[in-house]
Amino acid sequence: MESTVLKINEFGAAFGDHVVLNNINLSITHNNITAIMGPSGCGKTTLIRCINRMHELEPGARVWGKIYLLEEDIYAMHPIILRRKIGMVFQKPNPFPTMSIYDNTIAGFKLNGIKLPRAERDGIVEESLRKAALWNEVKDNLHRKGTFLSGGQQQRLCIARALAMDPDILLLDEPTSALDPKSTSHIEELLVELKKIETILLVTHNIAQAGRVSDYTAFLYVGELVEFGQTQKLFTVPEDTRTEEYLSGKFG
Amino acid sequence: MRFQKTPHISFRIFKDHFFMIAIIILSVIASFPLLFILFHIFSHGFSSINWEFLMRLPKPVGEAGGGIINAIVGTVLLIIFSCIVALPPGIIAGIYLSENKEGRLSYFLSLSVEVLQSIPSIVIGIIVYVWVVRPFKHFSLLAGSVALGIMMLPVIVKTTEETLKLIPNYLKEASLALGVPYYRTILRVVVPAGLSGIITGILIAIARIAGETAPLLFTAFGNPFMNANPLKPVDSLPLAIFNYAKSPFPEWHALAWGASLVLIIMVLGLNLITRLVTKKWKVRF
Ligand SMILES: Nc1ncnc2c1ncn2[C@@H]1O[C@H](COP(=O)(O)OP(=O)(O)OP(=O)(O)O)[C@@H](O)[C@H]1O
Ligand SMILES: [Mg+2]
Repeated sequence: MESTVLKINEFGAAFGDHVVLNNINLSITHNNITAIMGPSGCGKTTLIRCINRMHELEPGARVWGKIYLLEEDIYAMHPIILRRKIGMVFQKPNPFPTMSIYDNTIAGFKLNGIKLPRAERDGIVEESLRKAALWNEVKDNLHRKGTFLSGGQQQRLCIARALAMDPDILLLDEPTSALDPKSTSHIEELLVELKKIETILLVTHNIAQAGRVSDYTAFLYVGELVEFGQTQKLFTVPEDTRTEEYLSGKFG
Repeated sequence: MRFQKTPHISFRIFKDHFFMIAIIILSVIASFPLLFILFHIFSHGFSSINWEFLMRLPKPVGEAGGGIINAIVGTVLLIIFSCIVALPPGIIAGIYLSENKEGRLSYFLSLSVEVLQSIPSIVIGIIVYVWVVRPFKHFSLLAGSVALGIMMLPVIVKTTEETLKLIPNYLKEASLALGVPYYRTILRVVVPAGLSGIITGILIAIARIAGETAPLLFTAFGNPFMNANPLKPVDSLPLAIFNYAKSPFPEWHALAWGASLVLIIMVLGLNLITRLVTKKWKVRF
C-alpha cells in the first residue's frame, strides 16, 4: 500500500457565485506522478492553486471541503508555512530577473531571510540544479542572470528553485505549454527521473503528456472529477464515456 | 488599367519628399528654443566660471570677484533634505497604489496626488511658510526642503506606481509560492525589479525641483553665507540667480549668468544620468 501525501476531500471552489470546482475527491500517493488533465477552463489551475492556497490572492475566491498534506489540514496551517512545504512551478517560466542562477536556486531561503553557511548553500544549489538536470549546463555561469537562459532551461531553473526547499509535493501547472518540443521532452524525462525522490502533481491539457509520464491520471471536466485511476487503466479502459470521448479527441 | 485615375507616381514621390522635409524642418525648429537658451547662457556665463567662482563665497557689493559656493552647497543640501522628506512617503504611496488598484484609499490617494501636482509652486511656498517658518520663527533649509519635497511627491508617487504596475504578476506569485511573506515579496522581489524605474522617477523629480525659485522665496529665503544648519536660511542656485539678476550691479549680473550656467549643467547632468540608469539597469523579464 502506497502512502498518501495529499488527500483532497469533497473539495470545491468558487469565484463569487461562479462555482468552478465541486465535490473533488483525490488521493496523491508518494513518489508517483499524478496528472490532472481536462479541457481548457475546467478548473485545473484553480485546483492546484487551492492546494498551496494561492487562490487566496484572488478577491472573491471561496473554497469548501478539506485538503490534507501528510494528514495535516492545510486550511488550518499558516499559508506561509504551507507554501514552504509545497513546491510550485508555473506555466510561464518565471525566474527572478534581478537574481543570478545561483540566487534563483536558493531564492526560497534568501527571500525568506534564512541564513545558511556558505558551504551548505553551495551544496543545496548544486544538488537542486543536478536534480533539475540543469547543473552541467550552468555550472560555469552560476552568477549570470537566470533570465539569459533559454525557456526550457528557465523552467528547469524554476523546478530547481522549488526542489531546493525540499517540498513534500511538487505542483506543476502546464510546465511545458510555453516550451518547444525538445525542451518539453527534456522536462518530461526530468519528471520521470524526479519521481524517485518527489511526489509530483502535474496539470496538463496535453493528453499524450499525461499518458507518457504519469502513474495516475485524473480527468477533470467542467469542475467535476469525472474519473481518477491508474493511467494505464484510464487510458485503455476508461469507465466514463466522457473520458473516452476526451481521450479520442472528441472535445477539449 | 485600374490605376489610371490616380496621380502620376512622380507626383507622389514629390509629395513624399515634401512631407519628409517639412517634418525635419519642424523638428529642428522645435529644438531651437533649447539651443538658443543654451547658447545664450553659455556665452554669457562661461566667462564668469572659474575656480574662485565655484569655490568662494560672494563678496560685498563693489568688491570684485566672489563666488557661489554657498548656493551650490545650499542646492545640494536642499535636494538631499527634500529627498529625505519626499522619498519615504512617496515611494510607499506608489507601492500602495500599484498593489491596491481599487479601494477608497487608493482613489483618494491618486486624486490628491493629481491635485497636488497642479498647485502652483508659489502657493506651496506660502503654505510651508505658515506651517514651518512661522512656528520655528526662521526661514530655514528645513522649510525649503519641505516645500521642495511636497513638489517632488507627485512625481515620485506616480513613477513608482507606474513602474511597479508593469512588473509582471507572475514574479510576485513565484515569490509567494516559496512561502515568502507578502511584505518581503514586495520589498525583495517587486521593488528590486522596478528599481531602475523608481530611480529614474527620483532623478526626474530632482531635476524638476533643482531649478525651483518660487517655493524657496518664503522658505529657504537665501543666505550670502555658507550654512548647513537645517534651522537656518540657506541659499540655492535659483535664489542666487534671482537675487543677483534683479540687482542693479553689472558684476552681480555676471554672477547670475554664471550661476545659471552651473544650474543648467547640473540639470543636464541629471538628465544624462537618468538616461544611463534607464538603459543600464533595465531589468529583462
Ligand atoms: N480569478 C478568477 N476570478 C474569476 N473566475 C476565475 C478566476 N480564475 C479562474 N476563473 C474561472 O474558473 C474557471 C476555471 O479556470 P482555470 O484557470 O482553473 O481553468 P484551467 O483548467 O486551468 O484552464 P486552462 O487549461 O485554460 O489553463 C474558468 O471558468 C475561469 O473563468
Ligand atoms: Mg490553467
